[in-house]
Amino acid sequence: MMTVYLVAALAPLAGALIAGLFGHLTGRTGAHRITIAGVALSTVASAAVFLDVMDGNLFNGTVYTWATSAGITFEIGFLIDQLSATMMLVVSFASLMVHIYTIGYMIDDPGYQRFFSYISAFTFAMLMLVMSNNFLQLFFGWEAVGLMSYLLIGFWYTRPTAIYANLKAFLVNRVGDFGFILGIALVLAYFGTLDYASVFAAAPGKSGDLVGTAFGVHWPLLTAICICLFVGAMGKSAQFPLHVWLPDSMEGPTPISALIHAATMVTAGIFMVARMSPLFELSETALSTILIIGAITALFMGLLAIVQTDIKRVIAYSTLSQLGYMTVALGASAYSAAIFHLMTHAFFKALLFLAAGSVIIGMHHDQDMRNMGGLRRRMPITWAVFLIGSLALIGFPFFSGFYSKESIIEAVHLSRIPGAGLAYVAVTLGVLITALYTFRMYFLVFEGEPRYSKPARNANHSAEEAHGEHVGAGEPHESPAVVWWPLVALAVPSVVIGAIAVAPMLFGGFFGDSVRVLAEHDVVAQLAERFHGWLAMGLHGFLTLPVWIAITGVVMAWFFYLRRPDIAARIRDRLQPLHTLLDQKYFMDRFNDWFFAGGARFVGRGLWRIGDTTVIDGVIVNGSARLVGWFASVVRKFQSGFVYHYAFTMIIGLFVLMTWWFLRI
Amino acid sequence: MFGFSPLSTVIWLPMLAAVAVLLTGSDKNAALARWIALAGSVAGFLVALPLWTGFDRFMAGMQFVELAPWVETLNINYYLGIDGISLLLILLNCFTTVLVVIAGWQVIQVRVSQYMAAFLLLSGMMNGVFSALDAALFYVFFEATLIPMFVIIGIWGGSNRVYAAIKFFLYTLAGSLLTLVAIIYLYNASGGSFSLLDWYALPIPFAAQALVFVAFFAAFAVKVPMWPVHTWLPDAHVEAPTGGSVVLAAIMLKLGAYGFIRLSLPIVPDASQYLAPVVIGLSLAAVVYIGLVALVQTDMKKLIAYSSISHMGFVTLGIFIFDAHGLQGAVIQMVSHGFVSGALFLCVGVLYDRMHSRSISDYGGVANRMPVFAAFFMLFAMANAGLPGTSGFVGEFLVIIGAMNVNFWYALAAATTLIFGAAYTLWMYKRVVFGAVANDRVAALKDIGKREILVLGLVAIAVLLIGVYPLPLTEVLNVSVGSLLEHVAVSKL
Repeated sequence: MMTVYLVAALAPLAGALIAGLFGHLTGRTGAHRITIAGVALSTVASAAVFLDVMDGNLFNGTVYTWATSAGITFEIGFLIDQLSATMMLVVSFASLMVHIYTIGYMIDDPGYQRFFSYISAFTFAMLMLVMSNNFLQLFFGWEAVGLMSYLLIGFWYTRPTAIYANLKAFLVNRVGDFGFILGIALVLAYFGTLDYASVFAAAPGKSGDLVGTAFGVHWPLLTAICICLFVGAMGKSAQFPLHVWLPDSMEGPTPISALIHAATMVTAGIFMVARMSPLFELSETALSTILIIGAITALFMGLLAIVQTDIKRVIAYSTLSQLGYMTVALGASAYSAAIFHLMTHAFFKALLFLAAGSVIIGMHHDQDMRNMGGLRRRMPITWAVFLIGSLALIGFPFFSGFYSKESIIEAVHLSRIPGAGLAYVAVTLGVLITALYTFRMYFLVFEGEPRYSKPARNANHSAEEAHGEHVGAGEPHESPAVVWWPLVALAVPSVVIGAIAVAPMLFGGFFGDSVRVLAEHDVVAQLAERFHGWLAMGLHGFLTLPVWIAITGVVMAWFFYLRRPDIAARIRDRLQPLHTLLDQKYFMDRFNDWFFAGGARFVGRGLWRIGDTTVIDGVIVNGSARLVGWFASVVRKFQSGFVYHYAFTMIIGLFVLMTWWFLRI
Repeated sequence: MFGFSPLSTVIWLPMLAAVAVLLTGSDKNAALARWIALAGSVAGFLVALPLWTGFDRFMAGMQFVELAPWVETLNINYYLGIDGISLLLILLNCFTTVLVVIAGWQVIQVRVSQYMAAFLLLSGMMNGVFSALDAALFYVFFEATLIPMFVIIGIWGGSNRVYAAIKFFLYTLAGSLLTLVAIIYLYNASGGSFSLLDWYALPIPFAAQALVFVAFFAAFAVKVPMWPVHTWLPDAHVEAPTGGSVVLAAIMLKLGAYGFIRLSLPIVPDASQYLAPVVIGLSLAAVVYIGLVALVQTDMKKLIAYSSISHMGFVTLGIFIFDAHGLQGAVIQMVSHGFVSGALFLCVGVLYDRMHSRSISDYGGVANRMPVFAAFFMLFAMANAGLPGTSGFVGEFLVIIGAMNVNFWYALAAATTLIFGAAYTLWMYKRVVFGAVANDRVAALKDIGKREILVLGLVAIAVLLIGVYPLPLTEVLNVSVGSLLEHVAVSKL
């Protein structure tokens, strides 16, 4: 099977290299054929791996030795188990759909080959990340996906907003990586290995160990490791307060938003924590931290989606909020529920993004929802899949999102980890918010009177307008087959994957030993006792609070944004400060720009001008040069050239010496 | 004993080539001078390869040893030998010499033969530093390297070149004079031997160790350069021609760090350990302080110069935490920094040749006109930011994990480079390369030609190869690093 693993990982890399280095030779068609072939091959291989894992064939082995140092061998290797096989399948399938969709979306773009090269390289990096059997390779993949994200957000590199956003994304992620690498270094320092299996095996024996730091402070080892690692996850999976990069990342082309900033890369943090479950289980402090951070993200980022006018930004904030749900699940030790939601979310969120992209194509690259409306009749296929995606997102019974989100909410309800009560309130309220912003978007875009005939308003976030030829001109139209075909392919799992997978994945012990939960944390096992099949769960959904909250949210959205928009406007005017707070994203961007970016420049300038130029160069370096010069000028006076000066000096000297000689006795 | 003495060859072949280049005389024969210089530098690299293939990776101690009397009355010997650490630096040096010869091919039009000869001479001398086992020989080579670099900056440099050249010369000379005192002390203390290996075995009282350490430190810290004696470097880089900057960053800075490894640590181990917290403090100051200073630079060369200081802070940190990962990381960081900062200076040189400006604000949107160049520049920028998969990551990673073995806070401060390094490098990249075409001069830019692609491509391959597969390097280093640390762990009081 080693060959199959290698094919799964390397086929996209080969495609990326060919399209990237020889794109001028392959041409546009050649580039997309080669990269799609690579990713398709990878998808097939991933499916084969998945089936093989189903048969019970797990793998943990080395590909090659990266380096050796002080008796420690650093290796590149694969760990293929239920968790990685699931991720491989999700990643390669989502990537394949996005590749195909891109043919239609990027058709006019001069950077066509470059784009395909980037997304294939991203697929390679993401696969290496999920297939890794050690922390080092995890970090490799972790940074490589970050690099591709950076390059893709800044794909249209002439736009000031895009290159601002990609720098911001990279730097905020680096703040997370800063914590992440400290976590990895702690693991190596205290476990003596970076291999997952060895670390996990040794972890229970180290649950009482402490990390000594300089000032007599001691931290519990596993808590320190887990929190450091989680800081990395907060960066990559955009958890509060490191979430600030994700909304701006929408400056990238829409296929990227779907693939990287919704379905795959941003879930790397979730995957990582699930992968590290044997460590996280041993630190209740870390789990509690995760719960609270996740709860804050789930609720407060959802609120921001309500006031957005750019269709992609609504979905971006929705992604933040859903990542918060997954994080909450991790904190509640419901790792399998987190991965389950990760999977369903990957499908329905990729679907929503790509459908939004289809709307954007139809609107001639106008993204402002205030200019849309009534598109249902114009774009029936897009409308249908968008509605499916929306229903899945709000967790409507029988749709995929229902099974995963309901499980998370129930798991948090049962959890006894400190902070679970708060998190439960947050995720339940979050359901209302989700339904409200999702159907606000749905109604604004597809229902009601068309508003696109009006001249385009001064769109705040019409990032892609330079890309399209005529903004807001002409009638909206359905997108070509190459665009809607992947939408349909994603819509199918968005509906059914929850019902199919809920029994085995969540309650059937699907993940086996790849995810470890302590008995006293095992809320999913408690849920399993109440579970009687997908049909019963779906029907029972209509008797539970979250579903009715969601329906309330939909009705509210219908009332405020379709039936009586004047009331919504009046509420907004009445609550102006609140609206400003949300519109300004809690002022966090401004604060970060002022405090961190501005502060670092201020301090740097101070150190440079005062420390380097004035003190070191001015006083010490040139000062000592001047001192030498001054000393020389003084000494020079002795060399006057007059004999009587020298004679006088000699007499004085003789006098001094003789005095000293006499007094010495 | 040897029919072929590889170490003598890597030292003297470039110098002979330098003489040959000088013989071509005036600029009438510039083309000939270039070709001889190229042949000499390539031959210099080729004769270094047997060192790599013939090196015994499992043997502690010096290899390829050559010993012959030089000044017999003073017992000074022509005593050469290398371990894994010197080996890598020699290879780096020989490789870099080829690059600067090609890079200066067209740019240098006046006094071509002297320019090329200066670099070949420098190359041979630095190989001498890296292979000398006699302190007097070491000192001679170490000081002699100042002269060609002084000339390179002073003649082919920018407008303020005289100030920079003299600052560079006096700063580094002042430091190394104290070293001479220490060397004479050790000569007397050892009963009249200049052999470094004799000094390794010499017991020295603590007070004397501390003084010797400080004397060595004065020379090597300036050379590295460590904070706060770093201010000569930005000036020297800004004024130096591209080739000068490349060699300065890639090799000359390593002389200081190499001095710590070859002299300070094994000769005065107790003082080194006792004073290590001070050196670590200065190293971390370099990482953080200089990282912030680099952020606000407006001149590309100054920015990369400050980034060099920050990266060299990692090297000295790795050396003085007395941890095998750390020391190994320090050496790999030296090699990687040689490639990466050299490449970044080459990239700035490419732009400078076309626009005659180093100021970031004169650029913007270069990617529109120079896509191939932009791709190379991105690779080296990412390597500078320590991205895994590039050589920049390997050293930083090993130093960080080494620091974690010693103290959590060291590791924390060192790891801030992940943020600072990315911030100053990519912010510069954004302002120079991304964006819409900023002005007419940028609009008129032409993408890099074949020769430039060759130079940058060679470095790019090295950077990626080390990043993806550093095993060969670590294999060469493991035994050398291990035996050095073993030696240092034994008190010499």
